[in-house]
Amino acid sequence: MGSEQQYIELFQQCRQMLAKGSCAILDALRDEAFAEFQQLGFPERKSERYKYTDVQKAFEPDYGLNLNRLDIPVNPYDVFKCDVPNMSTLLYFIVNDAFHTKDLPKILPGDGVIITSLKEAAQTYPELVGKYYGQAVKQAETPVGEQQEGQVIDGEFVPMHKNNEPDAITALNTMLVQDGLFVYIPKDVTLDKTVQVINILTSKVDLMVNRRVLIVLGEGAKAKLLFCDHAMDDVDFLTTQVVEVFAEKGSSLELYELEETHMKNKRFSNLYVQQDAESEVSLNSLTLHNGFTRNMTYVNLAGQKAVANLYGGVIADKTQHVDNHTLVDHRVPECVSNELYKYVLDEEAVGAFAGRILVRKDAQKTESQETNANLCATKTAHMYTQPMLEIYADDVKCNHGATVGQLNEQALFYMRQRGISLEEAKLLLKFAFVGEVIDKVDLEPLRDRLHYLVEKRFRGELNKCVGCKLCK
Amino acid sequence: MAERKYEYGFTTDVHTDIIDKGLNEDIVRLISARKEEPEWLLEFRLKAFRYWLTLEMPKWPHLEIPEIDYQAISYYADPTAKKKDGPKEIDPELMKTFDKLGIPLEERLALSGTAVDAVMDSVSVKTTFKENLKEKGIIFCSISEAVREHPDLVKQYLGSVVPYRDNYFAALNSAVFSDGSFVYIPKGVRCPMELSTYFRINAANTGQFERTLIVADDEAYVSYLEGCTAPMRDENQLHAAIVEIVVNEKAEVKYSTVQNWYPGDAEGKGGVYNFVTKRGHLRGADSKLSWTQVETGSAITWKYPSCVLSGDNSQAEFYSVAVTNNFQQADTGTKMIHIGKNTKSTIISKGISAGKSQNSYRGLVKVDARADGARNYSSCDSLLLSSTCGAHTFPYIDVKNDTAIVEHEATTSKISEEQLFYCNQRGIPSEEAVGLIVNGYAKDVLNKLPMEFAVEAQKLLSVSLEGSVG
Repeated sequence: MGSEQQYIELFQQCRQMLAKGSCAILDALRDEAFAEFQQLGFPERKSERYKYTDVQKAFEPDYGLNLNRLDIPVNPYDVFKCDVPNMSTLLYFIVNDAFHTKDLPKILPGDGVIITSLKEAAQTYPELVGKYYGQAVKQAETPVGEQQEGQVIDGEFVPMHKNNEPDAITALNTMLVQDGLFVYIPKDVTLDKTVQVINILTSKVDLMVNRRVLIVLGEGAKAKLLFCDHAMDDVDFLTTQVVEVFAEKGSSLELYELEETHMKNKRFSNLYVQQDAESEVSLNSLTLHNGFTRNMTYVNLAGQKAVANLYGGVIADKTQHVDNHTLVDHRVPECVSNELYKYVLDEEAVGAFAGRILVRKDAQKTESQETNANLCATKTAHMYTQPMLEIYADDVKCNHGATVGQLNEQALFYMRQRGISLEEAKLLLKFAFVGEVIDKVDLEPLRDRLHYLVEKRFRGELNKCVGCKLCK
Repeated sequence: MAERKYEYGFTTDVHTDIIDKGLNEDIVRLISARKEEPEWLLEFRLKAFRYWLTLEMPKWPHLEIPEIDYQAISYYADPTAKKKDGPKEIDPELMKTFDKLGIPLEERLALSGTAVDAVMDSVSVKTTFKENLKEKGIIFCSISEAVREHPDLVKQYLGSVVPYRDNYFAALNSAVFSDGSFVYIPKGVRCPMELSTYFRINAANTGQFERTLIVADDEAYVSYLEGCTAPMRDENQLHAAIVEIVVNEKAEVKYSTVQNWYPGDAEGKGGVYNFVTKRGHLRGADSKLSWTQVETGSAITWKYPSCVLSGDNSQAEFYSVAVTNNFQQADTGTKMIHIGKNTKSTIISKGISAGKSQNSYRGLVKVDARADGARNYSSCDSLLLSSTCGAHTFPYIDVKNDTAIVEHEATTSKISEEQLFYCNQRGIPSEEAVGLIVNGYAKDVLNKLPMEFAVEAQKLLSVSLEGSVG
């Protein structure tokens, strides 16, 4: 207890400054979020949701915040050379939480596609941004139905969806956020090129960054997004990020997240996805190098025949900590969800996975599959896994599986018999293990790139991103 | 289709000595005094009670538990208490009751080779075949008797597996526990018959707080059965028990339960709250423990029979069928804690939910850093029989060892239309077909039960689900 106090004081002291560096739409939810945060405080480890991540401790140190929106001079091309060969992308940069306007792609997408700073967008298109901002979070935190949950009403038990509890990190982000990214793909527009967004963390002092991302796909729109996280400077970073995704009827989104930061980085990312009928959203997150990461993903399947795919790969060693927490909320019939998460943990790394599939009473004909497989390479690596099914409908097909184990001795023996060194054989097996997740990536050039990055990571050559200042 | 009634819902009209309702230190002292307990046990109870006062009831289970008023319960009810001028033998009413429940207390009537300890409310009525077992050095008696006759053994093991600080209900039980069974199998002895305890709640407004302690010394073997029923009453009754099992080197214990507490009526009124802490400690190398449970009763079931695998190469198994119908709720599963090297555990759990019930599996598999070569396999299946019930799975896996292999899989589905159709086609009515399919589904677990129990369990399954189809 106690870590929240400094944020409460910060907010009270800097309320004006926060508003000044932001805009009306973002500002509108601030006070409500503050009240909520005050009430919630940071979750303790007793809370089922944050069982494996010590939030109090992560938020305890004193970080600087760039509330005055000081411009940090940076040439992103200096620090980032991580482009994907053979794939032309629309490349954007976000420096800490500010959209970098100096190096925009030469050809901007047409057809009414908007990719810009969230603050800018809120001022230029207030109706559009106002309609969506904060709504996915609200949907996620509002219990379904007006009845009192957890009670017997009219002879029927109304289940308690503890899942709909508000989240303190999201509240903190909403109260402190000033800028971020806005992506809008209008109705029936297909974006041919992949949008690549590079999040760069840079600072001379320990820094806290609160970033907000809003992605809206109109009916039938199609897009592919790739987020890469990098940390430039050797200081402590603490990032809270809230991403809201709206996939309207029949739209399709592929969202890739790649984290390649350093040991001193702490990341709290909450992703809220709101899916309408027949939409398909694939989320693919790969944690290649990090310090302390907590990714929460909430998918709300609110329209029939929506499909959600969640894939994740984690490679961690030293004292890295990766906690993926997912909740797929089947609210309506005939939706499909797939989940596959794989972890490779070495040295003293800690991995946690909690995947909750919630099938509400009306969500008949749901199909859901969840798999979590983990490799622990040392005695000091810890893996916690919790694949959960919560089902209130009867006509469903749901299964989940989880394993924790090590490399197959027979496969190792087979390879050694054929003259492959033990080291190399182990690498091949680990590589194949994670490969399953990477193979879910639809974009071939990106897939190749990821295979390459993972291989390098296992060979210990890639501690940070290629080309980063820190690696030189 | 008319539902078959809960068969064991009758009450016995017998003079029962019930102490006043309420819970405080005086009550704890009174229970201890009634049972003529030694000073150390009273101390144990008081320590537990004082600790209990500092606790709050946990809220994490997936259950909706109405507020329990611990002051409105009577903590001790003795149906064997004699009226002042009454006869000295066991009240024939009691004998009849157990006869009616299918538990003959007269040894000559017992067909199968099963020794029974019959417990009603807070007191053990009779233990059969005690003398025969004594010849082999086996101690099988009520725990109150054991406290008197074998205080050293009880003192050594009581609370060593489930300390009073373990959880809310463990603390409560440690403070007010009444009767239960005590089993001690000496070194190298194979218990020649199945030992069994039958728990019966009879008196109204009472809680049953039984305490069972089983100790299997080196290379011993015992198979232990537990059965339970209660009358149909409109109010809820609390049953908070502790079962402790100690398994020493190369010993083997099989513990089977058919839990058939009154589940409440079709409107969800009444029924027993079954909040039990059961744990086995595999202390010795190469020891074995298996839990088999068939859960059909109770308004609310909340228990996790667990195994602590300390001995190297020890093996633990957990087989469970949990059926919930109408308004029943269950949050049950197991904990497998691997500490010793090359320890193995298997979990097979089958949940069946019908009516408006909520059925959850919650399990923990923990592999300690020392547990090299630990192996676990878990499989949890849920079957849904209605669109208003819920089936949930909450497995927790914590692994801290690189040589461990832990696997978990779970499926949830409804009864296959094709299978039903197939049965219908061959002239088997839907109701019966569901019974067949469910029994087939639960077979992996039922097969692990001792013969007589398996038959009873099979019957129970079909009765519990009657009226839930359509």
